[in-house]
Amino acid sequence: MSLFFEDMTVGVENELGAKVFTRESIIAFAILYDPQPFHLSDEAGRASIYGSLIASGWHTASVCMRLIVEDRQRRRAEAAKRGEPLPKIGVSPGVRDLRWPVAVRPGDRIAYFGRIENLSETKRPQWGLTTSRTWGVNQDGAEVFSMIGGVLWERRPA
Amino acid sequence: MNTLYFEDFPIGQAQEYGDVEVSALHIKNFAEQFDPQPFHLDEGAAQETMARGLIASGWHTVVMLHRMNYEAFLKRMASQGGLGVEEIKWTKPVRPGDRLRAKCTVAAARPSKSRPELGIVEFFFEVINQNEEIVMTEKLIALLKRRPSAEGAA
Repeated sequence: MSLFFEDMTVGVENELGAKVFTRESIIAFAILYDPQPFHLSDEAGRASIYGSLIASGWHTASVCMRLIVEDRQRRRAEAAKRGEPLPKIGVSPGVRDLRWPVAVRPGDRIAYFGRIENLSETKRPQWGLTTSRTWGVNQDGAEVFSMIGGVLWERRPA
Repeated sequence: MNTLYFEDFPIGQAQEYGDVEVSALHIKNFAEQFDPQPFHLDEGAAQETMARGLIASGWHTVVMLHRMNYEAFLKRMASQGGLGVEEIKWTKPVRPGDRLRAKCTVAAARPSKSRPELGIVEFFFEVINQNEEIVMTEKLIALLKRRPSAEGAA
């Protein structure tokens, strides 16, 4: 099945992939983008309200984006193999309702999932808007992250 | 370094801060790790996309704002964690050579009903480029400690 806006279906859920948050990756992200002490060292993490080193919430969100892109690339590669035309890739106007209900700690394996929530028209005839809920679950089954995001998606050429 | 408590963020307070010059290298470094789409990775490929040239990942702009927030006040704030982000809008593309600054407005502030030692602050952030265009907005809700009463009397 091809990958244009008309091929999307509300309610379809899929696993995007999983990622282990190593101590090194948590600290490397924090040094560049979020140097709050409890993202930088075990000692400061233990002394904080979180009780251990934890990943920046923006790290959890950025890894989610990475897995969304990889999932899309896999689908595009499969469609290309089937000889189908590929839609142009659209940008995102925004996201909402980002939540981090449980902290991500070193060694946690987070599996990410996505579900299409809504499909709508835009002012531009070539592009539709897909709205999806995306969330991450740790190895104990606890939800650690969720958001609702929009992406412009090319419509099938007439 | 004086700590910033709930009482230091009254409703309507606005401040501007930060100065980040965005380079093509920074854009690509972030994208290679977290958002490897053609319009974030390669000038040539980006020309063929709806972005019409290299643009920063929206998540890159989010963390550039966060870093400016950290330097301006977050590192001194008696933060008890974020309650969530209501909304992020990417309103204009961010391109190599852009200079970004931030504006923070306190949209709402109220003491916590269940925990009187804490307060809830809703921040509205705008990221502004060198042409005075707003490239991103973000609404974030944070949980802060209230000023200890001994200090509050001072």
